[in-house]
Amino acid sequence: MLRLPPFRYLAPRTLSEATRLLAEEGPAAMPVAGGTDLLPNMKRRQFTPAALVGLRRLHELKGISGSPEVGVRIGAGETLTSVSTHPLIRTHYPALALAAAAVSTPQLRNAGTIGGNILLDTRCNYYNQTEFWRHSIGYCMKRDGSICLVAPGSPRCWAISSADTVPVLVVLQARVRLVSVRGEREIPIQELFRDDGMRPYTRETDEILSEIWLPPAPGWRSTYLKLRRRGSFDFPILGVAAALRREQDGRIGDVRIALGAVASHPVEAEEAMAHLRGQQPTPALLQEVAALAAKRARPLDNADLTITYRKQLTPVYVRRALDLLLGAEQGSGAK
Amino acid sequence: MDEWRRLQPRKAGPYRVVGQPLPKVDAYSTVTGRAVYADDIMLPRMLYGGLLRSPHPHARILSINTRKARELPGVLAIITGEDLPRKYGILPSSQDETALAIDKVRYVGDPVAAVAAVDPDTLEQALRLIEVEYEVLPALMSIDEALAHPDIKIHEEARTGNIHKAVSYEFGEVEAGFAAADYVREDWFYYEGNNHVPIETHACVARWEPDPHDPVGGKLTLWSSTQTPHYVHREVSKVLGIPPSHLRVIAPHVGGGFGGKSDPFSHEICACELARRTGRPVKITCTREEVFLIHRGRHPVKMWIKTGLKRDGTITAMHFRSFLDGGAYGSYGVATTYYTGALQPVTYALPAYKFEGMRLFTNKPPCGPKRGHGTPQPRFAVEVHLDKIAADLGLDPIELRKRNLVRPFSRTINGLRITSCALEECLEQVVARSGWREFQAARPAREAEAERRFSPVRYGMGLAVSTYICGAGKPIYWNDMPHSAVQIRLDRGGGVTVYCGATDIGQGSTSVLAYIVAEELGVEPERIHLETADTTLTPVDLGSYSSRVTFMAGNAAIQAARRLKELLHSAAAERLRVPPDRLESGDGCIYSVDDPQVALSFEQAVQLAEARYGALVSAGSYAPPEDIHGDFKGAGVGPSPAYSYSACVALVAVDSETGEVKVEKLWLAHDVGQAINPLLVAGQVEGSAYMGYGEALMEQQIFRKGRHKIPSILDYKIPTTLDTPEIETILVGQPDEEGPFGGKEAGQGPLLPVMPAIANAIYNAVGIRIDEVPITPDKVLRALKAARSEPGERPLPPPRVTPIALSEPWPARLIRWSPGHAGLAEQPLKLMNGHRQYQEQGESTPQGAATPPSRLPQKGGTA
Repeated sequence: MLRLPPFRYLAPRTLSEATRLLAEEGPAAMPVAGGTDLLPNMKRRQFTPAALVGLRRLHELKGISGSPEVGVRIGAGETLTSVSTHPLIRTHYPALALAAAAVSTPQLRNAGTIGGNILLDTRCNYYNQTEFWRHSIGYCMKRDGSICLVAPGSPRCWAISSADTVPVLVVLQARVRLVSVRGEREIPIQELFRDDGMRPYTRETDEILSEIWLPPAPGWRSTYLKLRRRGSFDFPILGVAAALRREQDGRIGDVRIALGAVASHPVEAEEAMAHLRGQQPTPALLQEVAALAAKRARPLDNADLTITYRKQLTPVYVRRALDLLLGAEQGSGAK
Repeated sequence: MDEWRRLQPRKAGPYRVVGQPLPKVDAYSTVTGRAVYADDIMLPRMLYGGLLRSPHPHARILSINTRKARELPGVLAIITGEDLPRKYGILPSSQDETALAIDKVRYVGDPVAAVAAVDPDTLEQALRLIEVEYEVLPALMSIDEALAHPDIKIHEEARTGNIHKAVSYEFGEVEAGFAAADYVREDWFYYEGNNHVPIETHACVARWEPDPHDPVGGKLTLWSSTQTPHYVHREVSKVLGIPPSHLRVIAPHVGGGFGGKSDPFSHEICACELARRTGRPVKITCTREEVFLIHRGRHPVKMWIKTGLKRDGTITAMHFRSFLDGGAYGSYGVATTYYTGALQPVTYALPAYKFEGMRLFTNKPPCGPKRGHGTPQPRFAVEVHLDKIAADLGLDPIELRKRNLVRPFSRTINGLRITSCALEECLEQVVARSGWREFQAARPAREAEAERRFSPVRYGMGLAVSTYICGAGKPIYWNDMPHSAVQIRLDRGGGVTVYCGATDIGQGSTSVLAYIVAEELGVEPERIHLETADTTLTPVDLGSYSSRVTFMAGNAAIQAARRLKELLHSAAAERLRVPPDRLESGDGCIYSVDDPQVALSFEQAVQLAEARYGALVSAGSYAPPEDIHGDFKGAGVGPSPAYSYSACVALVAVDSETGEVKVEKLWLAHDVGQAINPLLVAGQVEGSAYMGYGEALMEQQIFRKGRHKIPSILDYKIPTTLDTPEIETILVGQPDEEGPFGGKEAGQGPLLPVMPAIANAIYNAVGIRIDEVPITPDKVLRALKAARSEPGERPLPPPRVTPIALSEPWPARLIRWSPGHAGLAEQPLKLMNGHRQYQEQGESTPQGAATPPSRLPQKGGTA
């Protein structure tokens, strides 16, 4: 078994104590919730924090409450299992329930949190390897090296945003709250992300993601489709989140489409959305919309299966997601 | 119970234990975590050992500096290649490994140094402090590269370029066979290799007990997660220069092997040497990544096959070529090479057959045996090839196969003896149970319905048949001794202790020994205490490979138990005043068959027998018969005392828009003879189906820039429970005359037809052929797009296996042999004393087997 590097574990009991500890310890400390992403990464030496600040005991990070009329607040420390099984989420924000249920395995969903999934480290199969492997190939810029091994001529890192819940939260127009000793801020979730595989989040190192707020969703339907090889365990190699609202006459009142695992950040398919908004959906139109959305997918050879395949499947999955939403019933499309 | 009765419809004997769906004897300890695996072993003063591995696929070692690591407090020993220079390898003919690299490293992961330290953190630090200077050499990462660059030699010892082994055989008149054919087809196939992925990673603990009065200096004990304690015993003894008498190898509980724990390994040898040097126990536990690097997994094989047939589907000749990517060392590779050719005539009755095989060294982790050892690759090729031929000729694929199936109690064109064989029944059963004919008949209606619903999903059914050995007919090294032996001791309290070297790797071999002895002695299996897989306590069993244990150890156990039974019956006969031949053992008693009231308890009988005969200990052993193969050099691979047969039908759903393939159900009929325990047989069949499914669609031991691309079980895809199809097991067949209670193997055979059945089902569903394994969704989609492109579109060409063009003649001398020649073997032994002759030539087991049957029992060949 791979060994964890040495570190100190700090176990605050309140959110304010946790933010104080993070501030005191400085950038060498990292917060840990379920640990399902961080601890394996530490074993492979992607991270070697001097201290971990445990978020497990913080009651401020717990709870799911609200209603579809006023919106729903989800504590960032809620597990993916509790998010995926919560009646409020399942009924009114089904895409989020589907995405949370599609993460990894039942065991890891019982430990992993929604906050942790949002802040999942970007992934790349040149990076998510052991110390031995990375040493063998000469390290990449994301950790210990200076070049990108996927695109050696590139000045940037192309690690992939691979969180299932993220594109869904984008189409649901969620907001997230970040807390630190310096105060609190609440931002639209899109502003949490950067198109940078190395530093994919705008979260400062002393900030804790404390809660997610979902706006009211009257008349909205949403779904999430995930491409992966197996029925469990795998990260997405494509995630399609879609939400839409129809007018009385059947036209599309509003639509949002976001793609996961096609770039270093969740990608919104603006052109596609504009093309569909206000229109009466037809099979031909949906094909066009899907093709427009797929233009935003630029996969590289750093995840499972081939680039061509992942690119080719994007319009198929977008169209299927829209088909599901326009069908009679909300489907459970996630594989 | 009823479910199991259905599985074993024909009860072959009035058995009490055999044929019953009993739990494994270690079921409770295994599922409750009480079972002790190698890594669970903790000894006082134990040190932690580890290996420094090469970061380069091919490099010369210029220097190794261990000074800084030695100076680290808590480091007790460091060894490098010079400390263990003796070469070893599982096959006597491929002694090409050293425990730690000397001069050169040949793959990323090749061990270079070993360290023992007081704790794992110190160990890790020490490994990092060892400085190795390398001169990086060009690396050869594929069959084609290895063939194209004979100048870049991975092993200096290889005679030609990077060819490890090349063989060439012609059985019968192949040219005449093709000339007589109405139709001839050729195809290329590629089977990408894969790893065994046992859930337990390899681990071992070594302990040295010094004794100044012993001229050897002490005794060594090695606990290791191995399938072959006996072979590890031999090789560790050789490399360390410790006589076998002073070395004890024990396999504790083993958490899966599938062939990946059948070689002697560097970490085992290094743990022993570190223990000897430090005088303290040393444990080495491999990481998952190290398991992928140790490997010994399925060889990638490129294959070319040409078959001639009559218009009615009768095969007139077959020519088969295999190119194996062996990785950096020999391992079992010579045997694997033979196995890619040996069993084709054991499935189909080929009147003429030519086989040429070639194994190449590459700069990748060494390949070796994985479940089915060298036969799943050709099985895939042959079964898909025949499916194509059936389509070409407009023949029913079932009828085409039936026309050519081997017959029971026959000889193959390559001299192999076939005894019991229920292949045709296997085929009929899967066809009937799966509703094959109805499914095919309903195709037009199903297609129309799918069109109407705009569904992209299409369904297909495919089938394949196969054969596997019930134990290799020859041991790995030349010897005349039994392949398996069992001792049984009875104590006067009625206890039964069974001793056998057989190694339970989860397949249930220990349980099978208990059932067999229980059946023979007429006691309940729970009464039996088992000592297994311990080279000091137990007589030799060659190991858990080649599906040999039930057949061979089972027969040895029957012999040992019957010897004791005879003593018990003779003592009981006297007391009961009943002739011994009117006595039977059962339900813990020895009783008169004429009046069961006339009986003694087992304990009473034991005490009477012990009073009369002294201590009650017996031994039994087994060696396969000799007259089961031809008399040509190389005939030692393929013979077996019996063959199992399997047939599979796969039902798949292919999403024609995404290329995703879902296997809905697998029907697997298996001729196991008599199931000793149908529950365990079904477990093996289901496990095989699961593994075959993973190999067919997912698993890839692939490399990028000289490194294993995905050495973790997150990224290396084996199926999860959610992916695993429904599996219907159908056990067929009659008890085999030579098998224990008629039993045959179940551990490997059922895997073989699964991959081609799935490939054929995909063709049946969407009309495309993917001639390489795994059949990943990207390949399927590419083939679909190529097949369905509209005018004006320019899709990528469909996936195609690149043929290998050899500029030179096949690099092995052709050996021609026909069954008619077999008469030679029965005559003059003066021509060839096989044993001596081949030893002197330095030709070890795999090549040599020109063993005249009557004079030289049990010599020759390999597994």
